[in-house]
Amino acid sequence: MERKFIEYDFGRVDSERMRLNVGPQHPSTHGVLRLEIELEGEIVTDVIPHIGYLHRCFEKYCEQMQYPQVIPYIDRLDYIASMNNEWPFVMGVEKMMNIQVPERVEYIRVIFAELNRIANHQIAVATFGMDAGAFTPFLYLFRDREMILNLFEHTSGARLLYNYFWVGGLAHDVPPNFKDTALNIIKTVRATNEEVMRLLMGNKIFVERTVKVGILPADVAINFACSGPVLRGSGVEWDLRKAQPYSIYDRFDFNVCVGSNEIGVIGDSWNRNIVRMNEMEQSCRIIEQAIAQMPNEGDVREKFPKKVRPPKGEIYCSAENPKGELGFYLVADGGNKPFRLKSRPTSFVNLAVLPEICKGYMVADLILILGSIDIVLGEVDR
Amino acid sequence: MGFLNRLDDPFNAEGIILGKVEDLLNWGRARSDWYLSFGLACCAIEFMAVNASHFDLMRFGCIPRPSPRQADFIIISGTVTMKMAERIITLYEQMAEPKYVLSMGSCANSGGPYWEHGYHVLKGIDRVIPVDVYVPGCPPKPEAFLDGIVKLQKKINQQAIFKKRAKLAEEEKIIVND
Repeated sequence: MERKFIEYDFGRVDSERMRLNVGPQHPSTHGVLRLEIELEGEIVTDVIPHIGYLHRCFEKYCEQMQYPQVIPYIDRLDYIASMNNEWPFVMGVEKMMNIQVPERVEYIRVIFAELNRIANHQIAVATFGMDAGAFTPFLYLFRDREMILNLFEHTSGARLLYNYFWVGGLAHDVPPNFKDTALNIIKTVRATNEEVMRLLMGNKIFVERTVKVGILPADVAINFACSGPVLRGSGVEWDLRKAQPYSIYDRFDFNVCVGSNEIGVIGDSWNRNIVRMNEMEQSCRIIEQAIAQMPNEGDVREKFPKKVRPPKGEIYCSAENPKGELGFYLVADGGNKPFRLKSRPTSFVNLAVLPEICKGYMVADLILILGSIDIVLGEVDR
Repeated sequence: MGFLNRLDDPFNAEGIILGKVEDLLNWGRARSDWYLSFGLACCAIEFMAVNASHFDLMRFGCIPRPSPRQADFIIISGTVTMKMAERIITLYEQMAEPKYVLSMGSCANSGGPYWEHGYHVLKGIDRVIPVDVYVPGCPPKPEAFLDGIVKLQKKINQQAIFKKRAKLAEEEKIIVND
């Protein structure tokens, strides 16, 4: 599809530069982010993100809490994908304590992490569509997300913040009809995705709004340490599940989705969004394989340590979150509390690229570019 | 309590409803509360779910307004930090009377999990603005939130508009029961 490129030529109109505030309670800033933008007419010349409106003292808390108590606070980092958040921390502690979790636990973890990835991408695509003015995909995707949340609620007892991955295992076993429910979810997700692909991604208005907007070249993305769909939308094939397979991801057959110049150019907002859409399909594939291979019998609490006291040392453990690489750098002093837990937040790093890619676009495009990066302020401010 | 219940009155022949103007106004106000649309933290995601297709908040007459000038009530959905508290006070003051506050989730109620060591977290939004309805939970289930909306509507139903000062003392004693 060829798109006419509009040249914004205003001749020699002298105008004053204007400074505007967007946020922190603006409906489309995806949380409490404040953007100070500098405008020339309607063209953005500079953007300064101001953060800290949701600083909840996460790292301080980790020094005060025992290891099992830290997990609920990790849930509240990226509160859209809590299952994925817990994983790198739990994995790191297990590595330090030399715990080999049972096969069944690994499979259940993979299934839940991938389900949560789908739920996260559904929110990302839905809110991105809302930013562009499309309200219907929001309703469709949230309807499906309820199914995933219901399964999570049956399993862990909570809809949003699960506290489900524990050191050495899982908090509870899965419900009896777990496999059927998961397969049913996949079926619905696929059907809705097909619909959303036609309704939103192929929509002429949406394409016009998002194609060639907010182009992020691959080298800039790498220099800014972006990860996740933001990096992959720029055409870089980097996924921790493939690049350094953790857990049992090397057993599954799935593709790393990257942006293409099929519509528009590599690295624009549309590509970042299509990567999310395609990743949902890949997650469905992983879940299908995991359900087929999963052992039926086994105690998920079998390998719980009596006391969670990792030996003195340090570790950096990271995992591929829906939004990108989430890592935890853990320093243990042999006690029952972490000496220091530093997180490498995905959203914070991805947000840093925003001023770089939205210069020269209109104000309305700024909102779209912000939506395409898909940040969560809980993780930005911590 | 509802205004339309008056239709059961013996005086209702020929479609006449005998009642107070105040009840009519309250009936209208309680069933079209517009809320200021903004989210703070985790609860905002649950709040989005309430808005979306499965729970459909609009059937209660609640419509999001992005401007505080046109909003009837404000939902504090999530952790309030010291930095954000200033903005919330400003937003609350910009709202036109009569205005209501719904505090959603443990964080907004009391600081929640960040109560003990959260040096940057406000320990309850009621320390800076008056709260009408508290919804507990971390985050509250959508059903719990909808119950909070219903409680708020009950409260609006009982509000005095005329002879306000005389009734204010009495109103203080009213506790909204289930």
